[in-house]
Parts: sequence; structure tokens; C-alpha cells
Amino acid sequence: MTSTGTIGTRVLGAATLVALAITAVMALVVSPPDVVQGDAVRLLYLHVPTAWVAMYLSFGITTLASALYLWRRTRSRFWDLVAGASAEIGVVFIGLTLVVGSIWGRATWGVWWTWDARLTATAVLFVLYAGYLALRRVPADPQVRGQRAAIAALAAFVDVPIVHYAVEWWRTLHQSATFLDEKRLTDPTIHGSMAWTLVVGVVAFTLLYAWLLAHRFRVGWLADRLEDEGLERALAERRAEAELEEV
Amino acid sequence: MWRDAGLVAGKDLRIELRSRVATNQVAPFAVLVLILFAFALDPDRGVLARAAAGLFWLAVLFSALLAIQRAFAIEAADGGRDGLRLSGLDPAGIFLGKAGAVAAELAVLEALLAVGIVVLYDVSLHGAVLLVATCLAATVGLAAAGTVYGMLAAGLRVRETLLPLLLLPVVAPVLLGATRASEAALGLGTDSGWPWVQLLAVFAVVYVGFGVVAFGPLLEES
Repeated sequence: MTSTGTIGTRVLGAATLVALAITAVMALVVSPPDVVQGDAVRLLYLHVPTAWVAMYLSFGITTLASALYLWRRTRSRFWDLVAGASAEIGVVFIGLTLVVGSIWGRATWGVWWTWDARLTATAVLFVLYAGYLALRRVPADPQVRGQRAAIAALAAFVDVPIVHYAVEWWRTLHQSATFLDEKRLTDPTIHGSMAWTLVVGVVAFTLLYAWLLAHRFRVGWLADRLEDEGLERALAERRAEAELEEV
Repeated sequence: MWRDAGLVAGKDLRIELRSRVATNQVAPFAVLVLILFAFALDPDRGVLARAAAGLFWLAVLFSALLAIQRAFAIEAADGGRDGLRLSGLDPAGIFLGKAGAVAAELAVLEALLAVGIVVLYDVSLHGAVLLVATCLAATVGLAAAGTVYGMLAAGLRVRETLLPLLLLPVVAPVLLGATRASEAALGLGTDSGWPWVQLLAVFAVVYVGFGVVAFGPLLEES
């Protein structure tokens, strides 16, 4: 067996490792503790990049790849596999976002969970795409499954803005302000090393996403080929057996 | 397209009328859910009356799952789906017909459940116009999204367990919007229900449009 890695993915992997190491050093050592939150603020450097990878990058690429799969001129297994691989990474990262956010919430607000608009929307998004992954795992003809998965991805995508507005209204029509002051956390006026750490973190996790996507895609592609070749081999063996019997 | 929709809806509703699965199984199930909620929550402290709108829509949602599964199960036997595909009917028409039939069943179910919550949960109806508008928009949205996902899961081996997982997160905004709007209509909420009706209408329009476009590709492959 030969390795299926290429120079490109190895360089990407090395760059990801370096970027993650820099993020860790900047997040844990260089950046100062927050005036209000203390060291708990360091979770920000994990929370924001995972959320970025999950919600914008992964699901964005899943949607794009699904649309390209459905469009007749660009239809190929390639886009189906990309959509599936990207959604899988997205679900893992959105799970991480929820877990890290929950730990952070416990540390700063004293509760694991609050029915804040953004949290609720994220949780709905998590199950929405978990359902999409479940559909992809159903045993069926790859063509049928690819077509249905692509349509399901688009159907889930059009739901995202509706979910967003629904939960936003739900929480704001009833109570004017939650005790979660998100403005302060995402305020663009955070300065210096904190902002830089965040930027480096986002870059590092974007690289990690690209590396994971390349490998997940490759695994999917190999699994596909294995299935095809297994079938052909079985056919050839049966044929050989039949020939032997004839002789 | 509209003629085809009428034909398909007529066919589905006629099957339901004759087989009586909807009346003998789905409707009693919906009432059963209402009774089970009373066991889960304390009926004496007014919890039921305050939660009536949410419980009503949850019961509708669970019953809708059954109705949608049923709408596609009737075509699974005897190559019904192949027949539909070969019939030459417009896919958009087939979608509208199936969704229309599901919506009609849900509307009947909602009327039944409305009587149920008035009798069992001791709530009174205030804004009739708001309530009817809410039910209309939510029902169309539920039926349209349900039909899209029913078709996505149709013919797969694990459809019974897959459909709830696929559909329920998608219709979460419908549950949210319909519950808030109904609360206002029942005089339980403080805010006006109309913004929620607008949200429900947007959801309905989006998924009816999506179904009209997507049903062709969905029907031709499997």
C-alpha cells in the first residue's frame, strides 16, 4: 500500500500545525486576561474560529457543492463527496462550538445553557445538518442518494435565515435584553494582541478545515472506488467459477 | 399544473376517505397526545391552559409526521410511484396536489384539536381572525415542507426514523411562530401575533416554491 497523501496536503498539514501552535501560544501566553472575565476570555480564541468554520465555511461550501451537483453541466461525484465531507466537518465544529460555548457560559454566566437567540439558532442548525448526514448514510444507490442529499442540503440552507429570524424575534419580543452582553464580546473595538490572536485563530482553523476537507474527501472517494471494484471483482470471480464448471 | 394538482389531491383524499387510516388512527393519536400532555403536566395549576398553544402545535406536528408518512406509504405498494412518474402529470402539479391533500387533512385535524384544547385545557378563543390566519399559514408551510421531506425519505429503507430527524428541525420556526401567534389569539401572550403570521407566510411561500422546483428532479431519479 502506498500513502495517498500528496505534497500539497502535507504542506497544508504542516502549515495547519504551525498556525495552531501559534494560536495556542498567542491565546494562552501573549494575549492578556480580560478585565471582567479573567482567563475565561481565552475560550474566545477557540469559540469564534470553530463557529466561523462550522457555520460559514463548511455549510457554505456544502450548499455550493450541492448546487453544483444538481446543475446538470457540473454534475459529478466530486461535488457530492465535497458536500458530504464539508457537512461532516461542519457538524463536528458546530458541536465543538456548542461545547466550548457551554463551558464558557458556565464560567462567565454561571449556567451551561441559556435560551439566547444565537445559541438556539446554532442548536437548530446542528440538528438540521445532523439530519442531512443521516440521509447521506442511508443505504441506497449512490446516484439516488447524491441527488436527494443535494436537494436536502439546499432545503436545509433556505431554512437557515428563517430559523435565524424566528429565534431572534422569539427572544427579543419577550425580553428586551438578555444578561448575555454579546455586543461586548464581538465588539470590533477590541484591541491589540486580542484582535490579532483572533485573526490568527481564524486563519489556523480555516487551514485545518481545508486539510480535513482534503482528507475526508479522499477517504470518501476511496470508499467509492472500493465499492465499485469490489463489485467488479465479485462479478469476475463468479464468471471464472462458471467457466470452470463448464470445463 | 393546477388541474394535475387537483387530480393528485383528489386521489390522495379519496384514498384517505376510503381507507379511514386518517380518521381511525391519526386523529385519535392527536387526541391521545393532548391527554398525555395532561399527564405530563399538572392540570390543576393552570400549566396546561398557559401552555395550551404550544401543546396544540406539538400535537399537530406529531400528527403531521404520521400524515406525511402515510401520504407516501400509499404510493409505495404496487409500483404506485412509478405509475405517478409515468402518468405524464406535471411534477409541480403532483407536489401541489400531495401537499394540498396533506394540508386538507391537517386542517381537519387542527379543528379537532382546537375543540380538544377548549374542552380539555379550559382555554377560550379570542382572536378568531388571527387564529384562522395562523392555522392557514402554518398548515400550508407544514404541508409543503413535509411533502418535500416525505419525498426525500420515500422509498429509502429507514424512512420511518429518518423523516422526523429531517423534518422537525426544518419546521422548528413554524412551531415557534405558530405557538406565539396562537398564544396571542388565545389571549395568553402580551405581544401581537401578526408578525409571526408573516413569518409563517414567508416559510410557506419559500417551501411551496422550493417544492415546485425540486419535485421534478426528486421524482425522476429514484
